[in-house]
Amino acid sequence: MNIKNLLKIAMNALLRNKLRAFLTMLGIIIGVASVIAMLGIGQGSKLSIQQQIAGMGLNLVTVVPGSQQRGGVQFGASTMQSLKEADVAAILSDCPSVQFATPEVRGNGQVVFGPLNWPTSLYGENESYLQIRERTVESGRMFTAGELTSAAKVCLIGKTVIDNLFGPGSDPVGQVIRFKKIPFLVIGVLAPKGLNTFGQDQDDLLLAPYTTVQKRVLAITWVQSIYTSAVDSKSTDDAAAQITETVRRQHKIKASDPDDFSIRNQAELLSTFSSVSNILTILLGAIAGISLLVGGIGIMNIMYVSVTERTREIGLRMAIGGKGFDILLQFLTESILLSITGGIIGILLGIGASKIIGSAMSWPIVVLPSSEILSFAVCTVIGVFFGWYPARKAASLDPIDALRYE
Amino acid sequence: MKKLIEIISLKKDYYVGEVTVHALRGVDMVVNEGEFVAIMGASGSGKSTMLNIIGCLDKPTEGEYILDGIGISSLTKNDLSNLRNRKLGFVFQTYNLLPRTTALDNVELPLLYNKTVKTKERVERAKAALESVGLADRMHHKPNQLSGGQQQRVAIARSLVNDPVVILADEATGNLDTRTSYEIMALFQELNSKGKTIVFVTHEPDIAKCATRNIIFKDGLILRESPVKDRSMATEILATIPIEAD
Ligand SMILES: Nc1ncnc2c1ncn2[C@@H]1O[C@H](COP(=O)(O)OP(=O)(O)OP(=O)(O)O)[C@@H](O)[C@H]1O
Ligand SMILES: [Mg+2]
Repeated sequence: MNIKNLLKIAMNALLRNKLRAFLTMLGIIIGVASVIAMLGIGQGSKLSIQQQIAGMGLNLVTVVPGSQQRGGVQFGASTMQSLKEADVAAILSDCPSVQFATPEVRGNGQVVFGPLNWPTSLYGENESYLQIRERTVESGRMFTAGELTSAAKVCLIGKTVIDNLFGPGSDPVGQVIRFKKIPFLVIGVLAPKGLNTFGQDQDDLLLAPYTTVQKRVLAITWVQSIYTSAVDSKSTDDAAAQITETVRRQHKIKASDPDDFSIRNQAELLSTFSSVSNILTILLGAIAGISLLVGGIGIMNIMYVSVTERTREIGLRMAIGGKGFDILLQFLTESILLSITGGIIGILLGIGASKIIGSAMSWPIVVLPSSEILSFAVCTVIGVFFGWYPARKAASLDPIDALRYE
Repeated sequence: MKKLIEIISLKKDYYVGEVTVHALRGVDMVVNEGEFVAIMGASGSGKSTMLNIIGCLDKPTEGEYILDGIGISSLTKNDLSNLRNRKLGFVFQTYNLLPRTTALDNVELPLLYNKTVKTKERVERAKAALESVGLADRMHHKPNQLSGGQQQRVAIARSLVNDPVVILADEATGNLDTRTSYEIMALFQELNSKGKTIVFVTHEPDIAKCATRNIIFKDGLILRESPVKDRSMATEILATIPIEAD
């Protein structure tokens, strides 16, 4: 019996019970579609998080005060004040993998313009801020080195603050606003960046020279954190190591003592998130895989029914010369046809579903060819695996018993 | 004359729970090429059991069976399948056609299991077989569109299509009325006159008289066997039976 005839027989057998064949396939269809959709969703969310983290600057390496091994220990003020301006200078001069560095000091408060006010954060940075955080100035200008040394009361302003103080679309450059009663001349507007991964509005800020914020707003001498950017995204680990060494030397920490600061790098954050979403993807995939398994059991069930129903046919086929192997192939073809047809429909449906869900969640739509090929292969395997036992049963029938079957 | 079927002290036991049923208790029998043998006997005397063994559908418990020079006892399941496919033709009481499958496809079936027959030849041979049973105009009809007699003729065409050395029929006319039964017998006689060997089981003595030899079974043994004197010719009998008008 050649492939063509086997397919013809299987087609006819399935078309004879269209509804039953369809319902059986439905298990596989749903299984495959959910595997594809779930993997698509998992990959899509992963990609979207990756893009956002990358948007925050993949080269970013951050130094914050306080040791990493803090587990429940109260921090004295001294540890929280350990970072100094001098550390920034040392990092810039001693760490070859670091391209830019800026101290950061930050104050929260009301910003007032005329009758309007708005709660926001004032960030004190140096002029490398734009490169480090991958931001641009939309109108006006960045503050100058001169303004930095003189602690000038100038600031750049984010879009959210403009919307709330000046009204959407207005250009506040040249206006004077007050933050904690201190007047600041608006010299520039930061291009909007939207929400970050954690849902924070990256445009709700004022940006001023860190010297101004240190002296005139917060009245402190230390810096709250140091943002640096590595020369490229591959050198963040090197940069982190160099910074650790430099800052330890700066702080005169003995070899046996722990760091009084800690370093975070974006690549680390990225890999943490990636591994979380990988686990999520595996979990979703596994659940979908179970439904595929259930679909397979459905096929097995219906194939057993089919074998029982057609016992006399099997008997006749054997009586006129069909071998056990021919009968085995006949029923295997039928179950493979069922599962593959279901698989193809399921793949199409799954692609559709992941597109719809992806666009609803505004995630990048990921349809992995590998997951389609995998599903297709899995369907074939399911067809063989779950069709095997019923087909074996058919093939092992005795012609006489099968012919006499009622 | 060539011995086509040779059966030597053949026994067949069935085990049902604790009970052993001796269906055949030592049968010796020979069928020569070109014979038309009718097996008769009371119900339960072992006729079907005998025919199934002749048809290689069942294996004897004891004894020898030689078909066309081949000893059956040493053959594997696949060998037996091949033997049935190449050398035997079956006609069943209940026709056993595949439902929702055209007459032509039903007749082609045995050739599908024969790799040496290509598609074109298969279709040609199936058509020829259907023509020889007078169903040339019914090739694309399905079993439920055919009368019982026509279905049985499709089954006969199917049994012929592989050009078997012997056709085996178990109560092939059992479900048919008298006239249709004789039509089937006429077909068998025609095939026999062309040289086909036929062995068939029947309960009806009148039908058995269409054969060339009768073998009577009783309790798993051959009671007697005799050549048929003044053999009935089915075509002549058909001429005397009026086509009943309802
Ligand atoms: N599969 C089986 N299992 C057990 N006993 C069986 C089986 N097949 C047949 N027999 C027994 O073997 C004996 C012969 O049966 P067989 O079918 O050959 O009779 P038969 O002559 O064809 O009868 P009938 O004219 O009614 O068809 C009977 O007693 C029957 O009960
Ligand atoms: Mg019988």
